[in-house]
Amino acid sequence: MINLKVFFRGLRSLKGARSPAIPLATCFIALGALLKDAGFNLQQSAASSFFTYALPGQLVMAESLLVGASLLNIFIAVWLVNFRLYPMTVSLFPLLKHKSQPKWKYYLSCHFLAVTSWLIAKDSYKKIDQRYRIDFWMGIGFGTWTTAVLMTLIGYLLSDYLNKDMMIGLAIVNPVYFFCMMIDAMKSVSISIAVIGGTLLGPAVYLFSTEWAILFAGLIAGTIAFLFEGKNGY
Amino acid sequence: MGTSDIIILAIFVTSLATFLSRFLGALTSENVSIKSKVFQWFNCVAYSTLAALLGRMIIFPAGVLSDSDLIYRLIVLSSCIFIFINFKRNLVMPTILSAFLLAFLNNF
Repeated sequence: MINLKVFFRGLRSLKGARSPAIPLATCFIALGALLKDAGFNLQQSAASSFFTYALPGQLVMAESLLVGASLLNIFIAVWLVNFRLYPMTVSLFPLLKHKSQPKWKYYLSCHFLAVTSWLIAKDSYKKIDQRYRIDFWMGIGFGTWTTAVLMTLIGYLLSDYLNKDMMIGLAIVNPVYFFCMMIDAMKSVSISIAVIGGTLLGPAVYLFSTEWAILFAGLIAGTIAFLFEGKNGY
Repeated sequence: MGTSDIIILAIFVTSLATFLSRFLGALTSENVSIKSKVFQWFNCVAYSTLAALLGRMIIFPAGVLSDSDLIYRLIVLSSCIFIFINFKRNLVMPTILSAFLLAFLNNF
């Protein structure tokens, strides 16, 4: 079963000077207000964060609905924008693997994988005994996921009190937090190349292909970083 | 089909499209060793894909952020990164500041 001591240690990652709670809260408050504008009711807004829990995909869904896109178009657009979750999972879960742990923990807890939880786990997994890392991850994931769902509800309820400038202010918090976390993760040359290359290529490729930009830019910059690592043995 | 039904179906397809990437990632992970080249490649691609998303969010944002000027977003981002690096890598301070700074600049 779950080692509760380690689980709560993961849950406590939401506190302190490196807390992801504030950026998570602000972006999901903004999302809650946006979903209300897009015609969602309170339950539908909560369900969106409960079942999807991936902000860029949820934004794509809301904007696609507003322009009357088909369900197939929404599926493809969301899959493309959230495809980053595939390499993120493959680059995290092997670090959490232990033969004594049941597979259901990995299959269920992959739902908690989002940028925030991934960055925290990558930052702190070494401090945890390998056997219980999956429980630590579940603690981080449960904390960030429940925060997201609750803040979507709060954003929905507060939407009438949030003016446009406040919404813009809330929306910048998430990318700023992620950029700071990424800069903190640039501890090897290959990761530094991956981060800088991805940041530059993402908007550049977007000029040519809006839907495939993130995937192409990520593959190109990531492969260059990997080849550089192989060549120089970092 | 009513609007409410369309929204419910949209939530379903969005969740499915998102969970697919996560679940396939969990399945693939079972056969990936942390010492393998494949793992190193996925690690680099994960960081670069995330960085590409962030770069796009700042330069070509979706939603309300697109109503702010690019120069203001860049000023806020660079100021907050400077604060983050120079103030013990505290994440709370620059993230709170970013909201106030952009709201202020946007009204300036």
